[in-house]
Amino acid sequence: MLTVEGLRSRYGRIEVLHGIDLHVDSGEIVTVVGANGAGKTTLLRCLSGVQPVTGGSITFRGEALTPVPAYKRLKRGLAQSPEGRQIFTNLTVEENLRLGAFLFSDDRVEKDMEDAFQMFPILKEKRNLAAGGLSGGQQQMLAMARALMGRPSCLLLDEPSMGLAPIVVQQIFDVVKGLKALNVTVLLVEQNAFGALKIADRGYVMETGHITMSGTAAELIADPRIREAYLGI
Amino acid sequence: MSELLQFLFSGVTVGAVYALVALGFTIIYNASDVVNFAQGEFVMLGGMATVFAHAAGLPLPLAALAAIIGTAAVGVALNRLAIEPARGAPVVSLIIITIGASIFIRGAAQLVFDKQIHTFPAFSGDDPIRILGATILPQSLWVIAGAVLVFVALWLFFTRTLLGRAVLATSNNRLAAQLVGINTNFVMTLSFALSAGIGALAGVLVTPITLTSYDVGLTLALKGFAAAMLGGMGNPKGALAGGLLLGLLEAMTAGYLSSQYKDAAAFVVILAVLFLMPQGLFGRKSTDRV
Repeated sequence: MLTVEGLRSRYGRIEVLHGIDLHVDSGEIVTVVGANGAGKTTLLRCLSGVQPVTGGSITFRGEALTPVPAYKRLKRGLAQSPEGRQIFTNLTVEENLRLGAFLFSDDRVEKDMEDAFQMFPILKEKRNLAAGGLSGGQQQMLAMARALMGRPSCLLLDEPSMGLAPIVVQQIFDVVKGLKALNVTVLLVEQNAFGALKIADRGYVMETGHITMSGTAAELIADPRIREAYLGI
Repeated sequence: MSELLQFLFSGVTVGAVYALVALGFTIIYNASDVVNFAQGEFVMLGGMATVFAHAAGLPLPLAALAAIIGTAAVGVALNRLAIEPARGAPVVSLIIITIGASIFIRGAAQLVFDKQIHTFPAFSGDDPIRILGATILPQSLWVIAGAVLVFVALWLFFTRTLLGRAVLATSNNRLAAQLVGINTNFVMTLSFALSAGIGALAGVLVTPITLTSYDVGLTLALKGFAAAMLGGMGNPKGALAGGLLLGLLEAMTAGYLSSQYKDAAAFVVILAVLFLMPQGLFGRKSTDRV
């Protein structure tokens, strides 16, 4: 579904992605784990088109994605729940969700919103409140729900567990796992390697702009180098 | 009594103009957090272009329409040529760019048009309407109706339409707006066009009362800005209320004290309000939590 080949990107003169190769097949949950500063967020920013690509290619559902401007990528089926949540803080929870479905104005929007509220009941309770007043965990739920309102076939998730209490992290990961049943393919970027690998089918390890290892999630969890470097075991 | 009513009429008329300018500020501010100090020049362009199009033989309504569309185009050009290339610069730099643009537009207007004072006939004649011993010009009613109509239209746009919310979303978080499929460049273009068009409309409506020349924009921009701040920047309701309040303050001071003090009195009240309510009368408190 999503193929990345030799992807390069830079901030000014400093190259942060030195040729990334990875692929995500339809229906999979694939995770990219790695330390802070490895370039994981930059990778997702490139995939969504909000970060210039200086080399390599991105192919999504058989089409080259690189020439497509950022705002047209959701129409192609690619959504992102970005790092730091990036919700519309001045708008209400419901307005955030409605804007997630900005591309649509049919009856399904209402239904999708009900589904989102079912997925995260707390959002229904707070639907008329300004999103900026939500707690971190609630903001993360809103960011994910907003991305799903865009009816993606593939969802890019950037650090959904960042800064959240373990019980909330578990809830979020459960929802990510459940996306499979909704036919949403997931590319999950995480520092929380263990949590991510537990729900993923396959994984990549990223270090300073390179992919250094890849394999099935079970292989990676069992690998002694991973266990030492990322799992703290 | 008739004296008070008279001051009220003139205050509301002037206030409606300030409100229109403030509404123009509101739109661009909502889309980009930029306070566009060239807003007053849009008012000037609306009036001056109508004068010259009318003089060239176009019937007045057509001349006004051409002026509004032309000014909207100038607004779009301002965004494309001056604001967009500076994308990513701090908001203060962008505001300074708009001040530069306003000086440029004023200079260009001096060359393209001239330095004379102009006017064109009022839409519904010049016979004042008598109400309870006070009088109001028919043109004043046009100005007030214009401000109210624009306010209602904008209020509906921002609160009832998805595109209006997309404008708010773009200003709140540009990255997220792109991720949900909003063409943020289009939103910016739209905002500048709308804002310039509204400014030009104000110029068209008010010129038969106040006359126009190449340099009327600066004062209007300052007054409109003050009105927008008083009401709460970014809120159409605030822009309308702030504009009317400022107009009334000026008219009352000019009437009961002296017209020498009208600007001072208005600004003293604004300062007092902003000391007590820094967000303005209708301003939204920022509710970010990290």
